Amino acid sequence: MAEGQVMGLSCRRRPRHPFIVQRSIFLLVGSIFKHDVWISLTPDDDVQTDLEAGGNGHGPRTEAAAGGSSSASPRAITSVREITSAPTLDGTKGPAALAVHQLTKRFGQRTAFSDVSFEVAYGEVFGFLGPNGAGKTTTVRTLGTLIAPTSGSATVAGIPLSPENEVDIRQRIAIMPEAPGLYLRLTVTENLEYFAGLYGLHNPRPRIEKALEAVNLTNRAGDLCGGLSKGLRQRVGLARTLLSDPAVMFLDEPTSGLDPVAAREVHDLIIGLRQQGVTIFLTTHRLDEAEKLCDRVAIMNSTLRTVGTPAGLREQLFKRSLVVTTVEPLKDPEQLFTAIKGVESCLAEGPATYVLSVSEPRAAAPEVVRGLVKAGADVLTIGETQHSLEDVYLELIAEDVEAHNQ
Amino acid sequence: MMGLDATRVRAVVHKELRDYRRKRAIVATMCILPLLFLVQPVVTIFLVTPTTSGAALQKSLILPILYLLLIPTIMPSTLAAYTVAGEREQGTLEPLLTTPLRQQEFLLGKATSVMIPTMALSYTVFALFLAAVRLFANSAVASAVFDDSAIILALFLLAPLMAGWGIVVGMAVSVRATEVRVAQQLGVLASFPPVGLIVLLAAGVVRPTFSVALEFAVGLLVIDALLLRFVSGMFDRERLVTGAKASRDST
Repeated sequence: MAEGQVMGLSCRRRPRHPFIVQRSIFLLVGSIFKHDVWISLTPDDDVQTDLEAGGNGHGPRTEAAAGGSSSASPRAITSVREITSAPTLDGTKGPAALAVHQLTKRFGQRTAFSDVSFEVAYGEVFGFLGPNGAGKTTTVRTLGTLIAPTSGSATVAGIPLSPENEVDIRQRIAIMPEAPGLYLRLTVTENLEYFAGLYGLHNPRPRIEKALEAVNLTNRAGDLCGGLSKGLRQRVGLARTLLSDPAVMFLDEPTSGLDPVAAREVHDLIIGLRQQGVTIFLTTHRLDEAEKLCDRVAIMNSTLRTVGTPAGLREQLFKRSLVVTTVEPLKDPEQLFTAIKGVESCLAEGPATYVLSVSEPRAAAPEVVRGLVKAGADVLTIGETQHSLEDVYLELIAEDVEAHNQ
Repeated sequence: MMGLDATRVRAVVHKELRDYRRKRAIVATMCILPLLFLVQPVVTIFLVTPTTSGAALQKSLILPILYLLLIPTIMPSTLAAYTVAGEREQGTLEPLLTTPLRQQEFLLGKATSVMIPTMALSYTVFALFLAAVRLFANSAVASAVFDDSAIILALFLLAPLMAGWGIVVGMAVSVRATEVRVAQQLGVLASFPPVGLIVLLAAGVVRPTFSVALEFAVGLLVIDALLLRFVSGMFDRERLVTGAKASRDST
């Protein structure tokens, strides 16, 4: 599969239509809407040239590809040169699929989110976590050009977020809202055909077939969407996001309301997309999902609380520790443990369970066992404390609640 | 620069027409209303006696013909009122707005998809009316209708413009309405101004001549165009998605 093509398909440019009457009608209607009209009766050049150049894939858009876009304004083309960099998975700096700088959205007096800044590298699966009302969906809608930010700036798929670039941005991204929003009286294929048309794709059949194959829905292609289960509808929604071969994919709670099997299938699909290098911006409540799928996560609660890899956040928030359980309670655990090399502090967590703060668990564990044996204690278990992303999340949100109460 | 992409407009039209076909109740109600509107003009034509002539005959003919023009005015209003409010209510608007589809393309596609069945049914009813006149009306009536081609011309010329009025006003209501039912009820109000005009013509306040019809057509064309542009300006993605008006700091 060629780099930059999720579906491995390319679209051919069709000859211009010679329909002068149709062209005239469009000219007339276009002038009704606005004065500065240009007419495109050809397939969407954005998609055509971009795909031909392999530019609408998972890397930054090349200048040549951008220049091929007939609807791209000079500003949009210039903006391609302004690609910022983001931390890549190997820790180096790479071009940013998303670069958000002090973005704020207010609805009147209510602040949906404020001063949000982060970057997402191409090919990264970026988790966006937060409680209900934290501003996750509003952030996605803002980056997806559905709503305008109140202040701040952002670059989406290499294009600055601004009203004049909205169509260009939407051409290069795909958003799956929490509810897939399908036309229930149309079949799966008809729904996809419709959206393929909206992306300006000609001869969309092969692309639709690939998308259905990717979500394992080929055998349901002719079914009316109204007859599908919630999980299957969600899969159709995912297939829809694959149609345009997006550079950045926004998935808003893609497993919301799905049973474990259906959720697992969605996870597998996301993993597959990730392997193909698609940038995925995943908002979710499910912390296990984020931990499993995401390279980095951001925790949001109106403001951005933290960004990092799940492991990094764990280290950042929690001291590394060992949990030791002995057969009998120790007489003076404080004195015993602090005398052992590498142990910084000790906390009793039960009658015979102790949590020891250590800087290097692998080095400290044998010392602890030796010290306990020397003191005549019988060790039942010893292991490093495992903090989950959920612990990180709860810790941060608890801090917010505490600060709010104060 | 703004571009209208025919592929995207066609996609909207194609999907809408497909959706109508799937919803048989829509097709049935679409057909019933024009057929009901056909009854009154046909009955009126048959009631004209062979001895009626001159100005009296013309007066007897003008009202049923004007009545026929209500079909393209009233018929599209409920469909047009559903265009945006309906998408919003069934949860399909947000996915639609995430695509590169421009608001002008969306509105044009929706308007076209309402216009096509409206005009197909209106012209079918007009043709049925003319066929009834030719086959069953008395010869004086038939010659009055067919000898003066201005009547038929005015009928066929004004129909799409009246439909355009109904569609654009219906869409304007749909863009602003929070609920489909409200939109459809308000959409029906779109037919009131044309009804008022027909009343004026029927009452003899305005003399129904071909030049009046032509002036009216030009005026309606301008109004339809301006209204379409106005509706496009009203289309605010942010308000449609969140219910709040778009705002940006001036700083």
